Amino acid sequence: MTPRTFLVRGLLAGLLAGFFSFAVAYTVGEPQVDAAIAVEEAGAAPAHSDQPASDGHSHSHADSGEDSGTQVSRGTQSTWGLATGIFAVSIAIGGVVGLVSAFAVGRLGRLRPGQSTAVVALLGFVAVWLVPFLKYPATPPAVGNGDTIGDRTLYFFSIQAISVLAMIGAVLLARRLLAGHGAYRAVLVSGAAFLAVTIVAGLLLPTVNEIGDFPGDTLWYFRRASLLTNATMWAAIGVILTGLVGKVHEHESAVAARRDLAASL
Amino acid sequence: MSQASAITPEIEIPSIPVTQLAPWAAFVFLTAAIVLFFISADQGVVSIPSGTAIHEWVHDGRHLLGFPCH
Repeated sequence: MTPRTFLVRGLLAGLLAGFFSFAVAYTVGEPQVDAAIAVEEAGAAPAHSDQPASDGHSHSHADSGEDSGTQVSRGTQSTWGLATGIFAVSIAIGGVVGLVSAFAVGRLGRLRPGQSTAVVALLGFVAVWLVPFLKYPATPPAVGNGDTIGDRTLYFFSIQAISVLAMIGAVLLARRLLAGHGAYRAVLVSGAAFLAVTIVAGLLLPTVNEIGDFPGDTLWYFRRASLLTNATMWAAIGVILTGLVGKVHEHESAVAARRDLAASL
Repeated sequence: MSQASAITPEIEIPSIPVTQLAPWAAFVFLTAAIVLFFISADQGVVSIPSGTAIHEWVHDGRHLLGFPCH
């Protein structure tokens, strides 16, 4: 197994995961984006609609596609635009998960390559996406004040960086504890350490609430759709890459076993 | 555990040396960071290039993927 083995399969898993994730985002997510834009245009969320142009942002509708200042129509945003975002992120994450999995092989206790790859994908989802989402959940169009985008971007990437570093630390701690205390205690203690760090960070970082009178049901449906979109992406990457890596390992084991047998004759 | 591994002999799992991984990791992490920047944050706080075209093109993905959009 070489880095190339993992990178090629990671990128492929990311590409395939993009199709699944896009399917979920388009069918489950887009109706909620449209619903949120409808709320915005009805003027029910004054935080945003007071100044539709001054924040350099506007949502055009297919019906009124020639709004001044809007270059991309809603129809394009919800299809090619959405696909661009989903596939680019999915392939990038697939490549990164692939290389981190390459590093993890043989370094996570006695886990076989397929198993350590599955662990990387699962922990990656928790650290990279789930923890930041629990602190700063995705917001639909119409929620969010354009003036605070700087702070909110800083907060989001701060909790993400803390979460990823805490996860790396937790895995290193588990590795250190494994020899003397066994897998159960090692995972328990390092899991608790990860939770402690991320919870404290979550409590210290400021709360963002710019929801105003945006309807709660649409907000929840949108956030559920966001969760499903990202969970689908990470799950597909994890499942596909685990399968591909497991297959390579099986093949290499069989070749090695045959070589050993031949040598013993 | 030692019995089980004696029955089904597991070949040793060789880890990939860091020196072999480093150039791949550097290239992929940098590329991924650039890609993620354009999808997640460009033309929000900082704009390279200026304008809103990229922001608008990836708008729906940015919202649904959970990044702060606007």
